[in-house]
Amino acid sequence: MFHERFVKGESLIHSLDPRVKLIVAFLYAIMVALSSKISSLILASFFTAFLFVLSRLQICQVLKRILTVNYFIVLLVVVMPFTFPGRVLYSLGPLAMSKEGLIYGFTLFWKSNLILTTMLLLLSTAGIFNLAHALHHLHVPEKLVQLIFFSFRYIHVLQREYQKLGAAIKLRGFSPQTNLYTYKTYAYLIASLLIKSYDRSERVYKAMRCRGFQGMFPTYKHFQMSPRDKVFALISGIFLSLLGFYTFRPF
Amino acid sequence: MEAICLKQVKFAYPGRSPVFTNLNFSLKIGEKIGIMGPNGVGKTTLLQIIVGLLKPQAGEVRVFGRSRKDERDFYEVRRRVGLLFQDPDDQLFCPTVEEEVAFGPLNLGISRDKIKGIIKRVLSLVGLSGFEERVTYKLSGGEKRLVALAAVLAMNPEILLLDEPTGDLDRKNLNRLIRVLNQLNLSYIIVSHDEKFLKSVASSIYWFEDEKFSPLG
Repeated sequence: MFHERFVKGESLIHSLDPRVKLIVAFLYAIMVALSSKISSLILASFFTAFLFVLSRLQICQVLKRILTVNYFIVLLVVVMPFTFPGRVLYSLGPLAMSKEGLIYGFTLFWKSNLILTTMLLLLSTAGIFNLAHALHHLHVPEKLVQLIFFSFRYIHVLQREYQKLGAAIKLRGFSPQTNLYTYKTYAYLIASLLIKSYDRSERVYKAMRCRGFQGMFPTYKHFQMSPRDKVFALISGIFLSLLGFYTFRPF
Repeated sequence: MEAICLKQVKFAYPGRSPVFTNLNFSLKIGEKIGIMGPNGVGKTTLLQIIVGLLKPQAGEVRVFGRSRKDERDFYEVRRRVGLLFQDPDDQLFCPTVEEEVAFGPLNLGISRDKIKGIIKRVLSLVGLSGFEERVTYKLSGGEKRLVALAAVLAMNPEILLLDEPTGDLDRKNLNRLIRVLNQLNLSYIIVSHDEKFLKSVASSIYWFEDEKFSPLG
């Protein structure tokens, strides 16, 4: 899950300056989140499709990744028609399904997936270290950048520790069942996972202090804006302005 | 001249019985000492007290002729005394080898042009030339160890503290480590269980138990 599967690649999207990608992804997300017209969403979908073609990623891999998050979104969307007030389309006992709720749920689903896919195409092709550097260059507060970077880094550590412990209990003949013994074993597993991860993070932090770390995150490799980045920024800029104008025009 | 001097150091981890009640230790400049001893006797603790990662409850820590007490005092110590951790995974956190090696020098405010030269120099020193762009978490255990050592050496320390550096090294990498250590004109303290290894790199070896250092062999 945390192996940065999409980082490797030779496409135009992969080689773009992460600062440009971050800004475009951020502005796009705001635009889409605020737009309520179906037609704007169609327009926005074209942009995402355009990015997808440029990224040359495998469609099934991208879909698989998006599907995981959609479990949560779908849950929300399914509840929406029944909780949103409006014209009743269908009654199911005490539950009433409203037309407005249905549309609202549908646009919510569409919007979230558009933002998600665009984020995936732009950000997961950059790699966490590059993103941290880019955020640093964009003058995002130091503490926030560190928080993002270390969350990612320690999720990775946690996952590895979990796999190790999981293998260790399996090797000693543990097979999960529905009983108190199983729950107790899992409780032990999680407790020891937390303690181990905490200890490790302490040691990593100590090792960093040994090498002169005092809170700043100096970057070794600087980014350089190439003409390609400028062209991409320009196209995205034009598109986003169009989208913004179309969505928020007063007439 | 004494580079490191611990006087009547008392140290206990919170909620546990003391590791040291009255520890005395010193290292002179130019000394290369090896320390052996039973598990849990406080060898790692000793090294971490020297660079101020652990603060003793009583006693004095003098490094390079100055008494060191709070965090600020140890900034200079950590620049001049390089500690190699027992587990290289604790030390490596950057995605690529060159960024890992550059981390220390960048923290010291060295310019990027100079760092490029430093990376090249220390990687060739540990025999990993051409590893600059390699991804750290995909390296083998031995390579990780050598990258961690390169990252410590990049800060140009005057004293090295090595905490069981031979754990995951095969014969070839072990010989490489021995060669690197003998090449360097540094003082060092090496904690290890491998007496043969210590004999090939240290000028004196001590057995450490009950807060006493007794010369071995």
